[in-house]
Amino acid sequence: MSDTYTLYNQTVMDHFMNPRNMGDVKDADGIGEVGAAACGDIMKISLKIKDGRIEDARFKTFGCGSAIASSSMATELIKGRTIAEAMNFSNQEVVDALGGLPPVKIHCSVLAEEALKAALEDYVKKHPELAAQINKSEPVAV
Amino acid sequence: MRHVFLDHQSSTPVLPEVFDAMKPFFMEAFGNPSSLHQHGLRVRDAMKKARQQMAALINADSEEEIFFTSDGTESSNLAIKGVAYANERKGKHLVVSATEHPSVMQSVEFLEKQGWTCTRVSVDPEGLINLEELKAAITPQTVLVAVHHVNHDIGTIEPIVEVGRICAEKNVPLYVDCEASAGWLPVDVKQFGAALVSFSPHRFYGPKGVGVLYRNKKARIVSIMHGGVQEGGRRAGTENVPAIVGGGVAAEIALREMPTRIEHTATLQKRLWDGLKTNIKFIKLNGPEPGPMRVSTNLNLSTEFIEGEGQLLLCDMSGIAVASGSSCVSKSLKISHVLGAIGLDHALAQGNIIMSLGKGNTADDIDYVVEAFGKIVVKLRGMSPMWDEFERGVIDSVINPTGRGKSFSQHAADISGKAAH
Ligand code: FES
Repeated sequence: MSDTYTLYNQTVMDHFMNPRNMGDVKDADGIGEVGAAACGDIMKISLKIKDGRIEDARFKTFGCGSAIASSSMATELIKGRTIAEAMNFSNQEVVDALGGLPPVKIHCSVLAEEALKAALEDYVKKHPELAAQINKSEPVAV
Repeated sequence: MRHVFLDHQSSTPVLPEVFDAMKPFFMEAFGNPSSLHQHGLRVRDAMKKARQQMAALINADSEEEIFFTSDGTESSNLAIKGVAYANERKGKHLVVSATEHPSVMQSVEFLEKQGWTCTRVSVDPEGLINLEELKAAITPQTVLVAVHHVNHDIGTIEPIVEVGRICAEKNVPLYVDCEASAGWLPVDVKQFGAALVSFSPHRFYGPKGVGVLYRNKKARIVSIMHGGVQEGGRRAGTENVPAIVGGGVAAEIALREMPTRIEHTATLQKRLWDGLKTNIKFIKLNGPEPGPMRVSTNLNLSTEFIEGEGQLLLCDMSGIAVASGSSCVSKSLKISHVLGAIGLDHALAQGNIIMSLGKGNTADDIDYVVEAFGKIVVKLRGMSPMWDEFERGVIDSVINPTGRGKSFSQHAADISGKAAH
């Protein structure tokens, strides 16, 4: 039998097999760790922030293939964005960039959004002077 | 790349002898067994032979006790609902073990919505049914007890002879789901004291599309499928003749080769588990140790700090086909109810992989799997925040507690704001 058949599309498989930005940012400026209520999995994103921009983002994930691919893609997408931009980041962007996820796996991409926002909130908490400047939208309810 | 199929519990390849036996029944002997002419009579004869072969596999007295369905799920639906409906006036209570197959559990749930009640008898951490609890659960209203021979997830062999004795004492028919055992372990309906037994040839090198339900006079049963009087009026619908014929041949070969198959898979099972536990830290076998309490084909493993779907996918990319009971793998996002019933910690249930052996696996295959799986675990642990937190002493291992840090489940609950299920 060949390996032509895969559970997810090629982009998702690629990000699962060769995840980008896996690991922890050294001396991170913000760290977010969240759990998925649906299946009990865990994702952690750490950020390096310089001059109001995300300079580096890394992830660690305990979860399914979609969760690993989502965190890989999310960290790719947010690098270079300003904090305000990142605060508006949505899981849909991850889903689109991955070329779609099965319906039952959408929540795994939500986990990536939540981990990113938790990391940003962690950063803002450490820098209260920024809170007023950042036009922060309400966290998206899921 | 080497390809190793370690999911024989899901299905097995059809044997060449089986395929050959089936061939004439597609184009040549295509008749409907209900027809009264030559074409019908010829296939009826072939089906009779298949019934005898199926009866022999489970030591049934007569081929008249063998009914053909479409698969194992239909067989258990028929066994549970068929008996429940037939005995409605006697009582509306059922007793099942907590780790039965979903086709049993959900048939029971269906009946519960219509006014039946059901007692689910608990199992111990290895999956063995609590016999005292079973005895106490049976009431004068009980019309059926369902306990499987071997668990489909964790390979536990249930003390089915004792279960049969209890049912005989209480005079309640016993349904034994033998889907995970028939063809791999001796099944003896008389020794079990079973009124109903089900099994599927595709689990032992027969084709898909046929299930077998044995039923003797101890159980009254009505059809749940309507529109014809096939299978003695117990299952309406045209029979899948080629699959039935092939299934019969598969049963005959399984009976003949059983001692060799058991020995072969038991040797590999031991080699696989020994290799994995030597190679990988924080790995646990769920269910009994390989030996008399466990079917020789199954290993159910929990590898700590990593999730099962990732393991399954990486195995697949290494040419190894396995299954998993992790919640991420299931469409309902729930862990296997069997892992829940044996009280397995959620973190371990998430890291679950099921490997099931067959007669085609070799020792070289096993050595390849041990090595490849070791690498997969290292790769996934490298990505896992849990592994990192364990190494830093934030959380502790369930399998081998170090006494440092909080439990994984506590940690998961803390950060998700909800207790893990
Ligand atoms: S993380 Fe559990 S389903 Fe994706």
